This record gives sequence, structure tokens and C-alpha cells, in this order.
Amino acid sequence: MSAVPLLKVNDVSKFYGSRIGCRNVSFDLFPGEVLAIVGESGSGKTTLLSCLSTRLMPTSGIVEYHMRDGQYRDLARMGEAERRFLMRTDWGFVHQNPADGLRMTVSAGANVGERLMAVGDRHYGNIRAAASDWLERVEIGIDRIDDQPRAFSGGMRQRLQIARNLVTNPRLVFMDEPTGGLDVSVQARLLDLVRGLVHDLGLAAIIVTHDLAVARLLSHRMMVMKDGAVIEQGLTDRVLDDPREPYTQLLVSSILQV
Amino acid sequence: MHLRDGIRLPVVANVSFSVKAGECVVLGGPSGVGKSSILKMLYGNYGVDEGQILMEHDGKLVNLATAEPRTVLEVRRATLGYVSQFLRVVPRVSALDIVAEPLQARGVAIEDARARAAELLTKLNLPTALWSLPPATFSGGEQQRVNIARGFITDHRILLLDEPTASLDAKNRAVVVEMIAEKKAKGTALIGIFHDEEVRDAVADRILDVSAFSPRKAAA
Repeated sequence: MSAVPLLKVNDVSKFYGSRIGCRNVSFDLFPGEVLAIVGESGSGKTTLLSCLSTRLMPTSGIVEYHMRDGQYRDLARMGEAERRFLMRTDWGFVHQNPADGLRMTVSAGANVGERLMAVGDRHYGNIRAAASDWLERVEIGIDRIDDQPRAFSGGMRQRLQIARNLVTNPRLVFMDEPTGGLDVSVQARLLDLVRGLVHDLGLAAIIVTHDLAVARLLSHRMMVMKDGAVIEQGLTDRVLDDPREPYTQLLVSSILQV
Repeated sequence: MHLRDGIRLPVVANVSFSVKAGECVVLGGPSGVGKSSILKMLYGNYGVDEGQILMEHDGKLVNLATAEPRTVLEVRRATLGYVSQFLRVVPRVSALDIVAEPLQARGVAIEDARARAAELLTKLNLPTALWSLPPATFSGGEQQRVNIARGFITDHRILLLDEPTASLDAKNRAVVVEMIAEKKAKGTALIGIFHDEEVRDAVADRILDVSAFSPRKAAA
């Protein structure tokens, strides 16, 4: 159990003009820890995720990241180039819509290989070998390596997006509704895959989802958001089995039983 | 105490007891009196409003009532086991791997963990043909045996048992009673709920009447 947090979030708020995106959010994320952020549409989950992953600048508050050299860096004070480098190497971002995270008109192999090239890999054979290895790990046939993701199904595209993100061995992965819009059997396969990868690679992850079953399966810890604020947080099974806030109780009791 | 629909429902109050290594304490009392709630609080699954739950973990005393989530998870991985009433299945994961998982989480190689899982499932008379299937479609008794094997596979020093024999036949109940006796001999502290009197008498060193902690009873 590592004693130092990977990400330190201190009193982060984001306002859109006078509207609240999210407010006064603070937490620490440790290596290997999976945090789920749940809440209904418009509760500020995605805004918070964007603030944490530097896609949006918070209005106030500090997000610090524990760099590989052992130093904490304030993400807002980093240069653009440095931030981009972090996004491409040490971090991953899995979008709900794979088209936002993939290049749809270059081959699957190139989609995975591009991130390796961004970290300085130049040997074609090595890049292709790494790409094949990752396609296999996300259960995409090697014979599809030269096909464009345009020709892939939704579930395959999502798995390809995950491969593209994980090929550089990131330490932190952000996921925005990774299983949204997939049918249940495809979703089960993807969840099983993500669960295995997170466990095997010791990844830390922040997953935004409105699906409490996804949160239960994947996360160690969860935060419930309402109107931009975190209203309840704790161990995932504690929050789901013994919800304390009336709003969390409403969410939990709204799950359909199969 | 815990809440539902924004209403506070007092469940149990001022619960105090301790369990020694090698001892099996059975929580007794009628249904709905709060036995499972106590067990779930001990596991960190239900929140605790007041008081402490102290357990020895990694040579130190940890207060589970106020511990950080990652501490609770670490205690569960290494010290505190739980056999729930119902198996929570994970899509696509086989019965054998579900049983082997807690050992794997403690760093045992997958082949060794599977071998140990196979031993336990054999002991519990689960047909070999079922081992490679995800248990979602198993019968109640079969699921429960998978659950028991998963809970008993590690050498956790504290084990919580929520009616592990409820849907088992006499033969398999006897197997579970024997497994509990083995755990006790190894110095595991056990806290359980058993409605079956025969099993209860066979395993219990002490019976704790939970109705003594029920505030509703006190008010009546």
C-alpha cells in the first residue's frame, strides 16, 4: 500500500459564468485506486473530470500530480507542452464516444502505435509488435490490425480506445462513461477487460458513470455528486449498501433489479 | 444505526463484545433484530454512527469504524474474511476463479490458487463440470458452496459468516461444520449467524443475544 497520493485535489471549483459546474471538491487518489464519480446528468461529474484532467481550467482550487521524478506539480502551472506530454504518456483518457479518442481514418495498429511514437519510439517493428500485443489483450483479432476503426463495431472501437490509452503504461486513466451506449453483453466483456487490466497493471483510475452497477464492479471508492457538489463519498460497497444521504438512497433504490 | 429514504431507523445501539482467536461467537435472536447489520458493520459494509470496531491487523489495532476506504480494503484483503448470504457474481468469471481470487489477491500464483480452489470445491461436493462456468445460473446451494469456498480459501485471522449453511443439504452442512472446526483449531476468530440449531450447537463457543442491543425492544 503506497503511502503517498498520486493525485491531490484541493477545493476545486468551476463556474460557467454565474452557473456552478462543480464546487469545493477535495480528495486524494492513491496509486492502484479506482474512484467512481456517480450522479445524474448535469450533476457536474464530467466538469470535474475535465478539471482534473486539465481539459478545463478550474476557476479555483489546486490539482497536484505526483510526477515520476517524485515531485508534486500543480497542473495549472504546467506549460502546455508539458501537459500534453503528460496526457500522452503517464495518463490515459477514455471517452464515452470512441470517435473522440481515436483517429477514425488511420489503421487500428497506427492508433495504438501513435502514442508510442509520441514518447519517442521510432522502430517500426517494435511499434507494430507492441500494437499487436495490445490488440490481442483487448481481444481484437490481429487480422484487423490494418483496418480502420470506422469498420469496427462500437464495442471493438471502445476496446481499441482502451488499448491506445494503455500502450504507454500510464499510471492514471480517466474514463468518461466507458460503457455508455453499449449493449449489455458487450458491456460485460468490456467491464471484465477493464477490471482485469486495472488489477494487473496496478492502474489508478477515475471513472465517471451514471451506472451504479459499473461503479460497484470496477471501483474501490466512490463519490456521489449533486448540483456540482460531492454529497457523499466512501468505500463503494458501503455507499451502495448503506447510503446515508437521501439523494444517494434515491439513486440506489432506482436501480432496476434483474 | 443506518438510514433509508432519508428516515433514520435505529437498528442496534451500544453493541459491545469481543472475540478471541480460535473462538466462534454466534449472533442469536429473531429475524430483523439486527444480526446481519452487526456483521456488515464489522466488515465495513455498513457505516457506524457511534463507537469503535477494533481489530488486529498487521500487528496493529485498526478502528474499522473510522478507517479510510483503502485501509478497509487492505484489512479485508489480509485479515478479515466474509461469507455473505448470497454470492455476488461477476460476469464472465468462472466459479473456480471466483474461489481462487482472494488467494491471488494475496500474491499466490494463479495455478496454486486454482489448485487450492479445486480442493475446496471437491470437499464441498460441487460437480467438476460446473467449475469452469460463471455461477450466475447455479442453484442456490451451489452458489452458496462457491461462496463458502471463496471465504474459506485464505487464512484470514477473522472470518464473518452470514448463514453459510442456509441452503445446504445435511451432507454439505456437515462439511461446513468440519471446516469451521478446522478454522478454530488454526486460531481463526469466527463470528457467525446460523439459524440451523444443529449447526449452531456444533460450532458455537458462545451465543450473543442481539435483541439485548435492539432499541425498539428497550422502548417496548
